[in-house]
Amino acid sequence: MSRFIRNQGWVIGLFALLLALFVVTKLIQPGYGSGDFGSLARAVLPYAFAVAAQTVVVIAGGIDLSVAAMMALTSVTAASMMNGASEEYALFVVPFVLAMGLVLGALNGLLIVVTRVPDIVVTLATLFVLQGAALLVLDAPGGAAAEWLKASVIGTVPIPGLPDTIDAWLPKALVLLVVCLCVVWIPLSRSRLGLSIYAIGSNELAAFRSGVPVARTRIIAYALSGLFAALGGLSLTVSTGIGAPIPGPYLLASVAAVVLGGVALGGGKGGLLGPIIAVFVLRLVRTDLTLLAIDPNVTAIIEGAIMVAVVMFGAFITIRGRPAGATP
Amino acid sequence: MTTDPLLHATGVAKNYGAVAALRDASLSVLPGEVHALMGANGAGKSTLVKILTGAIRADAGRILIRGEARDVRSPAAARRAGLLPVYQEPALIPDLDVLSNLRLTGTPVEPFRAWVRELGIPDLDIRDAARDIPLAVLRVLDLARALAVEPDVLLLDEMTAALPANLAEKVLEVVRRQGDSGRSVIFISHRFVEISALCDRATVLRDGATVGVVDIVPGIEEKIVEMMLGARIEKTRVTARAASQEADRKDSRPRLSVHNLKLGTKLNDVSFDLANGEVVGVFALEGQGQDELFSALAGSIRPTGGTIEVDGAPVRFSHPSDAIGAGIAYVPGDRTEALAMQRSVRENIALPFSAALRKWGPIRMRREQVVVSSAIARLQIDTRAQGEVQRLSGGNQQKVTIARWIAANARTILCFDPTRGIDVGTKQEIYKLLRELAGQGKSVLFYTSEMEEVQRVCDRVIVIFGGRVVDTFPVDQADEAALMRAAYGLPRGARADVGILAEVKPGSNAETAP
Repeated sequence: MSRFIRNQGWVIGLFALLLALFVVTKLIQPGYGSGDFGSLARAVLPYAFAVAAQTVVVIAGGIDLSVAAMMALTSVTAASMMNGASEEYALFVVPFVLAMGLVLGALNGLLIVVTRVPDIVVTLATLFVLQGAALLVLDAPGGAAAEWLKASVIGTVPIPGLPDTIDAWLPKALVLLVVCLCVVWIPLSRSRLGLSIYAIGSNELAAFRSGVPVARTRIIAYALSGLFAALGGLSLTVSTGIGAPIPGPYLLASVAAVVLGGVALGGGKGGLLGPIIAVFVLRLVRTDLTLLAIDPNVTAIIEGAIMVAVVMFGAFITIRGRPAGATP
Repeated sequence: MTTDPLLHATGVAKNYGAVAALRDASLSVLPGEVHALMGANGAGKSTLVKILTGAIRADAGRILIRGEARDVRSPAAARRAGLLPVYQEPALIPDLDVLSNLRLTGTPVEPFRAWVRELGIPDLDIRDAARDIPLAVLRVLDLARALAVEPDVLLLDEMTAALPANLAEKVLEVVRRQGDSGRSVIFISHRFVEISALCDRATVLRDGATVGVVDIVPGIEEKIVEMMLGARIEKTRVTARAASQEADRKDSRPRLSVHNLKLGTKLNDVSFDLANGEVVGVFALEGQGQDELFSALAGSIRPTGGTIEVDGAPVRFSHPSDAIGAGIAYVPGDRTEALAMQRSVRENIALPFSAALRKWGPIRMRREQVVVSSAIARLQIDTRAQGEVQRLSGGNQQKVTIARWIAANARTILCFDPTRGIDVGTKQEIYKLLRELAGQGKSVLFYTSEMEEVQRVCDRVIVIFGGRVVDTFPVDQADEAALMRAAYGLPRGARADVGILAEVKPGSNAETAP
């Protein structure tokens, strides 16, 4: 039990912070209810996928600057393909776009492994390329999304046997998010591939010597990142009904949530749950500040300050809690 | 029955650009033998090891395993071929727990546990993250992980280097038995004591080529050293120092004087003096507080009690620059701690005096050039790869570290295991250098984990055990048995046999090992 607390301490702390923020929200806005929670979940959806995309590569010891651009490209691709097409066509569009994300992500990884150009440079380059490609697909926000897809993120999931008051707090967007992440992450983290991703991020040389295929693992990490980014892009199209070629603020937000979520930027440490909760925390802080009618510019400053404070506090706790005599 | 070699490598060559790391190396290991691979640093030992274990690919040569030509392209392929290395740096993934590390390499857990117990670590929790496990234990876990898959050929690179004596003893015992059970071990070590106790044969490399294969028999050390160096070296033993010099020292104020130094639970009441022109050895088992003592003297941590005096005046260091200002320089065993690895030899040497914090304005290049060149010449640093320090051999890197403090004219040098992982020839040069520095009136505090170094370099030796100075010897009384006993905290004069050296004297018959 104590080991669980030690290992998951960061996530537990973040979760407590999130609960505290809900209480604060309720105090500021006594009317805050399930409907507002639903819209929070919808707003979080693309951010959460962007964060998942970033988390995988950061754990593998890299960074992916092309996350937001990848989301924009997949979003406009989906929107323009579904524009005027039949409802059933979307059944083809979704896997197509996901595969596109996977391939483009793998391409990122391949470039990094083969050319040995630093990841930050390669993904910066792909950021520009994908941004341009997105504008080629759609030069202005437009396109459409299938109705059933749009419906998949609106409303709540009725679970038979549960009273409506609880159902109301289970927005479809949240369920969709949890399902998508679990389907990819849980099998991954239990497999040797998952261990290998942690291993190359933690100590590449030791991983290599342990027989981990470092290059292949890195490519797969970027491919997964692409997959998550494509999910993010799709969720954008689905929740807005159109595709926008200019990337949203997802890149920096994803890095912020990764850091806040207890994933070491050096790699090897952390999980997916922390960053996802961190996204909720960051979004909820923004909601609260809006409810308090604070100048949006000040809001950004406060968000930054919170991030530094939380990470500093967390690092302090970690250092205090470390057993004596451990190797640094 | 003729015994075919288990591993047979011939004509192995590897070039890095224009530099030939290996020209014509061969290695043949028989079943059931413990085979030493020896060579001065830069002889190509580590390159050969990397090739055998699939970490890099050879440009030429054949590797036969059990008579079959195998192409070991990756560590995973070497593993499948039955060749498993244990490297100097622990290969466990720091952020994963031990169990996950085992799963990562497909190591069976139960045999691993059995080996861990066998190797003298009864209370390992395999859910602990590797990061939280002390270095010495990690190395043993690395070995246990390799043993658990029952490799045909186990390759141990300086296995006992960072181990305390009790663990080292267990490790050697297990390695010995590995040979008895028909498996082979390639054993790389700079310690003749271990090699003579353990190995059946030795292959000696020099300048990238195999220069000989010898049977380990008593008295072979001289021959091996000769082969490694290509010329006979003097076994320099610095003993009888001029009596007048000793007398001088008695009169003057000590250069560095430590009184009742305390540091948390790590150091307790440590007091000693270091005179001008004196080399004082510090001998201790792993983790007895020596790291903290050196850190405190070098100004990187603050002691919680006691005083440090330099030339009779009390000082209080709050930053390494304070210690440097007082003329105290720290030479760590780990070169990466001391050097800017991507920068040149010149910059590294010039760093402390040209980039001093309170010195503004342009660097005086000509003066720097003169000082640096003279330091390089004096230490005979091999400057063929001087553009980047990381391309030098370990021994030359250590010379650069010492050279910088000579260039900066430091009066007191704290050497913490400076010869760790360095070849015999360079070690000799470093011993000679430290003696020379002492001859010029500089004082040296010298921590070492190798007992023979104490006799070669020091005037006096203090022994630390459990954060206390338990004994002080003049060098002529500091024989290995006495040091070992003191290091285990046993009173002087007790006759209990402790540690590997009590059982295995260098040059004695290998079969006396249990």
